[in-house]
Amino acid sequence: MTKLCGKRLNNHEELELVREDLLKHRNSGTKSVCVCVGPGCAAKGANRLYELFCEAVRQSDSKVKVEAKSVGCHGLCECGPIILIQPGDIFYQRVEEPDVAEIFRETVLSDRIVERLLHEDPSTGEKARSPDEIPFYKAQNRIALAYNGLIDPANIEDYIAAGGYTALPKALTTMTSEEIIAEVELAGLRGRGGGGFPTARKWRSCRESDGSPKYVICNGDEGDPGAFMDRAIMEGNPHSVIEGMVIGAYAIGSSQGYIYVRNEYPLSVERLKEAIEQARQWGFLGEDILGSSFSFNIRINRGGGAFVCGESTALMASLEGRTGEPRAKYVHTVESGFRGKPTNLNNVETWTNIPPIINRGGEWFAGIGTEKSKGTKVFSLVGNVVNTGLVEVPMGITLRRIIDEIGGGVRDGKRFKAVQTGGPSGGCIPSEHLDARVDFDELTKLGSMMGSGGMIVMDEGTCMVRVARYFTEFLQKESCGKCTPCREGLAQMLHILNRITRGEGDVGDIEELGVLAELLEGTALCALGKTAANPVLSTIRYFRDEYDAHILDRHCPAKECRGLFRYEIDAEACKACGICLKNCPEDAITGEKEVPHVINQEKCTLCGICWEKCPFTAVLKV
Amino acid sequence: MAEETRLIEQLIDRYEGDVGMLIPMMQDIQAEHGYLPASDLRSLSKRLEVPLSRIYAVATFYTSFRLAPKGAHDVTLCMGTVCYLKGSPDILEAICREFQVEPGGTTTDRLFSFQAVNCVGACAVAPVMLVDGKYYESVTPASALEILNGLYPDEDASEKEDEA
Ligand SMILES: Cc1cc2nc3c(=O)[nH]c(=O)nc-3n(C[C@H](O)[C@H](O)[C@H](O)COP(=O)(O)O)c2cc1C
Repeated sequence: MTKLCGKRLNNHEELELVREDLLKHRNSGTKSVCVCVGPGCAAKGANRLYELFCEAVRQSDSKVKVEAKSVGCHGLCECGPIILIQPGDIFYQRVEEPDVAEIFRETVLSDRIVERLLHEDPSTGEKARSPDEIPFYKAQNRIALAYNGLIDPANIEDYIAAGGYTALPKALTTMTSEEIIAEVELAGLRGRGGGGFPTARKWRSCRESDGSPKYVICNGDEGDPGAFMDRAIMEGNPHSVIEGMVIGAYAIGSSQGYIYVRNEYPLSVERLKEAIEQARQWGFLGEDILGSSFSFNIRINRGGGAFVCGESTALMASLEGRTGEPRAKYVHTVESGFRGKPTNLNNVETWTNIPPIINRGGEWFAGIGTEKSKGTKVFSLVGNVVNTGLVEVPMGITLRRIIDEIGGGVRDGKRFKAVQTGGPSGGCIPSEHLDARVDFDELTKLGSMMGSGGMIVMDEGTCMVRVARYFTEFLQKESCGKCTPCREGLAQMLHILNRITRGEGDVGDIEELGVLAELLEGTALCALGKTAANPVLSTIRYFRDEYDAHILDRHCPAKECRGLFRYEIDAEACKACGICLKNCPEDAITGEKEVPHVINQEKCTLCGICWEKCPFTAVLKV
Repeated sequence: MAEETRLIEQLIDRYEGDVGMLIPMMQDIQAEHGYLPASDLRSLSKRLEVPLSRIYAVATFYTSFRLAPKGAHDVTLCMGTVCYLKGSPDILEAICREFQVEPGGTTTDRLFSFQAVNCVGACAVAPVMLVDGKYYESVTPASALEILNGLYPDEDASEKEDEA
């Protein structure tokens, strides 16, 4: 290894020397075992697997050189823990502790496949050796997630060997600020944090604003529940975010950056801290970056667990050490933002897209996607879908392809009901619109939003009124309380939805919700309040009959709202085992040996214990 | 008292007395004590020349700050959309009933502090509960109670250790 490795690099040539060296070393027959320790796999014990592989490497006396790496989210969380072996791209799923020794002996040392751990296509029964053969990955196009699951996020050398930090020297040495902005403009990149604002336009306004210093901020607050795209990037490839920020800062003319990370993501903070430290050591951050005259530093701040702080002005207030209350935006933050100075805020995924755009050109990026939404978008595909996980798809793909082809359809053979996108400001899209193309404008037309990328699949067993109530409660709790429409309006909407889901709804409630929704949209201070009614409006628009059933028939068609359905015992399925009878706290169940049991509806308090306990699913919701 | 002032002095140094870094300073105090002791907040207010009312406004606005000591363990239940749809309200109810604790509170025996948060970003394996940072996936009301009951120091095990 050259002496340059780990030293501060003074120019582009030194960086290329280091890269060549790293590649030579890597291509010298070393095998890598990449253990995914993303949130899904980690919850299934992947960290222990990583330790076991490290131990196996230490104890091995084979001539084969092996390294064990812990890597960020690989995507197919459903089948975790996931292990990838390089070279060869061999993909093992649902790996357990006892499998480690076998994988090491067979695959790593002897190049034999452990068939049992391969992914099997449920429809064809075909086994896949590598990710490209798995339907879940086939329809994807990975730009932001290109290196996720392949590189060790804690090791800058991995990122460099994979081709990282090539865009930065290119931008610094061969491009002017205006050329960089023009390239991003040509790419047609729009913000991935929800609003879809053209990134180049924001950069240019900030660059042209009077006032200094200028600030550049990365929004890593990822407040939408049901979403973990930004987390996966920050934890799986933190250097890509940093590289994007340095390029942006150079184009805008900023020397100080901040990354605001959600409080619930301690590992993201750790990964970013390590990455910033390494980038500084190598000369990608700090004074005179790569020997140029450009200097830039990044500081990390942790959020305090308030959803509204993802909003740009609230985030800046929080960075200033104040309560996270948004302000009206008649003066844009690009003119007067953090500390009253010109500030450019972008989302994690937006920043991550910058290095590939600089490397491969705006035209290449603009060649992907639809007319007004370019490139790809990362989604966390979750809920009642077969393959839950993280996916990156070209804009313009239909919802149906994401859910059926990539997601493998609805789980447990149930019927699809709706897909929720856009987080709490988004909406629920029903099956008749599944052929809609995923882009900023299409989803808005359907009453939902692109949002930051949560995509939650709901089946026939999901009550849409309850979903609307969930989001309204979420927003009511998270409303900062500064403006009256949001503070009081949401409380009123929640009050009505509570009544409806308890079976106390009145005729006219839906109209009342409509009035409140209009009021919020027209008069709330920030986008939290302005879009807060979307979940309610979209469910009324597509699932009005469910609201009517709750209000008029006092019945919950999905049988989720307690009190709006009954429990009955199916006499044919009942084996008269007596379990329900013994567990019923109200003694509401009667029956004898070999005689099907019966629930006394007068006594039943609908607690659902019999339904939970019955081993023969003979207790039904009707 | 001396201890307390030293911590505050360290924080002032660490963040160069920058009032903008109030939240990180308070996060560091909480990391040290597990909560925000009133005396520390008073010293911080004096040293930074920031009104105590503003410090309390911040402390009460952000849900991650606590003003009372916490329990021996940290229990976090995810109430994100997917966890919610997959049954986290029932888990919440079961925990609150069994341990007589409210979200944001601590059990009377100080066994654990309980938080119900918006989303921990592990939606693929919902419902999720964290105990001292460790993730538990696909939790049910019964499994949650089992995990939490397991937090009581195991008397049999410690006796055996004593013998050995
Ligand atoms: C209530 C609210 C919460 C938001 N939360 C986030 C968030 O968690 N992450 C994010 O990147 N953007 C969030 N946004 C959008 C930001 O205000 C802002 O538009 C975005 O970070 C800009 O970056 P972009 O142009 O790269 O998308 C939120 C907006 C609102 C109104």
